[in-house]
Amino acid sequence: MKKTSLSQMITVLCGLSIFSALVLGIVYELTKEPIKKAKENKELEAIKEVVYGEFYNNPFAERHKIALRKKNAYIDLFPARDKDGKITSIAIKTYSNNGFGGKIELMVGFLVDGTINTFKVIEHKETPGLGSKITENKFSQQFHGINPGKQVFKVKQDGGEIDAVTAATISSRAVIDAIQRGYNAYNKLSAGK
Amino acid sequence: MNKTSYENLTRGIFRENPTFVMLLGMCPTLGVTTSALNGLGMGLATLFVLLLSNCAISAVKSIIPDKIRIPCFILIAATFVTVVDLLISAYFPTLHATLGIFIPLIVVNCLILGRAEAFASKNNVFQSALDALGMGIGFSLALTLLGLIREVLGNGSAFGWKFVSEDAETMMLFIMPPGAFLALAGLIIIINQLRKDKK
Repeated sequence: MKKTSLSQMITVLCGLSIFSALVLGIVYELTKEPIKKAKENKELEAIKEVVYGEFYNNPFAERHKIALRKKNAYIDLFPARDKDGKITSIAIKTYSNNGFGGKIELMVGFLVDGTINTFKVIEHKETPGLGSKITENKFSQQFHGINPGKQVFKVKQDGGEIDAVTAATISSRAVIDAIQRGYNAYNKLSAGK
Repeated sequence: MNKTSYENLTRGIFRENPTFVMLLGMCPTLGVTTSALNGLGMGLATLFVLLLSNCAISAVKSIIPDKIRIPCFILIAATFVTVVDLLISAYFPTLHATLGIFIPLIVVNCLILGRAEAFASKNNVFQSALDALGMGIGFSLALTLLGLIREVLGNGSAFGWKFVSEDAETMMLFIMPPGAFLALAGLIIIINQLRKDKK
């Protein structure tokens, strides 16, 4: 084994760290724009999927931010209009921190009266094969036509009507939590108008 | 290709398979193999990082003091993992949606550190690359096989293609964590038997 002095070790480790930081900085700068674009595309795709019918405006340009009581937390609202400019449905980007793997982000489509059209999971960190099934149609289609304000909006285990994903009740609850949060924000907004 | 090179390339695939024989990288092996595609994705991402880190480590091995080699190896592996993570999320957003959470996990895969320590720090860049390729392929095959078995038994599908009806009762146990241990144990028994027969 070679004898190495302390200063030598510090130099090597520092040098390596600085080099790594440099590489990461460059890659981060290079990928910043494409990542942002990819994310916006994904959101636009999600809006297209959850709103009711065709829309003739650019919901993205009409983005409306609703601040929540928690600091730095907000919900994005995207209105979809028909040919005459009337709002047909609203896509709301909402979230829940109660997922099994942390934060879950959803795009929920509401009709004007607050009835759920459908939702799409934008980002989640749930267990693959279990919690990740919240993204499947089998789970999401049962939300169609439910109004969180008028019905018991809970999973069956909690006395509601939603069938939770097998072995992933926590993930299912988180989806409901996120939709409820979006619904509340929308309700507050439409009441204030 | 001479005999040692060939040996270095093929060793990881069967004879010293990282999953079934060396039992390295058990965390992603047990954690993400809930379907064949997840296993394959994790395997390929690991293969890529292993290749880069093995090459880099063997290139700089002469300037790294022995006493601090482990932090240096981890630093190099973590750098590559982050680079791969950023690149995938920028240019292959759909792939990132499926693989998202597995990629940061590669840093803690002891397969990367194990090969750095056991091979890359003692051999030249070319041989290290061959070793990484072999080990990476072996790891990918093992994870895909394990994922396939768990998916078939637990979900009634293979590579996402469902062959039983939507409501059929499947052996959910195999999708859940205990199933990972059972399936892995079963596979290790078979592989060990095969290796014994070969001798």
